[in-house]
Amino acid sequence: MWRTLDKDLARDIALVCLADAVVGVSFGAITVSSGLPLWLPMLLSLVVFAGAAQFMFVGLVASGGNPIAAVIAGLLVNARHVPFGFAVGDLFGSSWAKRIVGSHLMIDETVAFALAQRDAERRRAAYWVCGVGLFVCWNIGVVLGAFGGTVVSDTDVFGLDAAFPAVLLALVLPSLKDRATRRAALAGVAIALATAPFLPAGLPVLLALAGVLVSGVGRSGDAAEPEKEAAA
Amino acid sequence: MISASTLIIATVVLGAGTFAFRFAGPVLRARVELSPRVEKLMAVAAVTLLAALVGTAALLDGHEFVGFARPAGVAVGGVLAWRKAPFVLVVLAAAATAACLRLLGVP
Repeated sequence: MWRTLDKDLARDIALVCLADAVVGVSFGAITVSSGLPLWLPMLLSLVVFAGAAQFMFVGLVASGGNPIAAVIAGLLVNARHVPFGFAVGDLFGSSWAKRIVGSHLMIDETVAFALAQRDAERRRAAYWVCGVGLFVCWNIGVVLGAFGGTVVSDTDVFGLDAAFPAVLLALVLPSLKDRATRRAALAGVAIALATAPFLPAGLPVLLALAGVLVSGVGRSGDAAEPEKEAAA
Repeated sequence: MISASTLIIATVVLGAGTFAFRFAGPVLRARVELSPRVEKLMAVAAVTLLAALVGTAALLDGHEFVGFARPAGVAVGGVLAWRKAPFVLVVLAAAATAACLRLLGVP
């Protein structure tokens, strides 16, 4: 599997892993410095392994929020993994062990790296290398941050908050050459941005899926979906 | 402060729920043969989600506009990616643009 991965792709994945590790350091440091126990960021990173939901959970709990509300908020942020799972679920093979491990490694970057590859072989390689790499780097970063304290508490100083959307954008861009995909994505972005000021985190991105209705993918061949062109 | 056992239970519930979300697709896909059209639909849905993540993460912090430095960085990265610049350059340029703008006092 590792041989399928060319040098360029390996380097790209390594860069994202490195950036992720730095964010992990900040997650560990922020969690501990906000008065939560040392083991919490490490346990969250192993068990949940989803950066945005982890930050959300810790932020709510640290500010005295109800832990049930924090769990629900985290789950809402993570609900996007359901459609992700349908898109990349065929990459894990038929063994249960691989399906379980592959599912746990599913995050935005692994999905984006996989979908950006040409053929099934490369998709599989990119998914696994990126998933394992990110899991290891993220957790190492979190441990360093939890013990090392506030060396890197604000990753915005390095512009890492701009790097992550740029990573996903670069990986998604080639898919947007397809007209139907582009229409769906643009409509989805518009829906998400229009609803984000009013809705809890996670929901606007899910609503963006309605953008797929305008893409026309569902009605090539037979008339499955009624025309929803006006929404675009 | 919340007790340790409460935090452990909350973490495990969040982890289990997240795993269920992740596991649903791979398991259900293994049981039914999907037509190429549905396959395509799944891929379009995932790309749409990722694009929506890019849009919200680039422009918003919670419910509010995040300031100019981050979207400017993402835009620089986007243009470079569109011009087929190497991935590493795209990512570093996005981060550097945002970082430099902040050094200059842009929020």
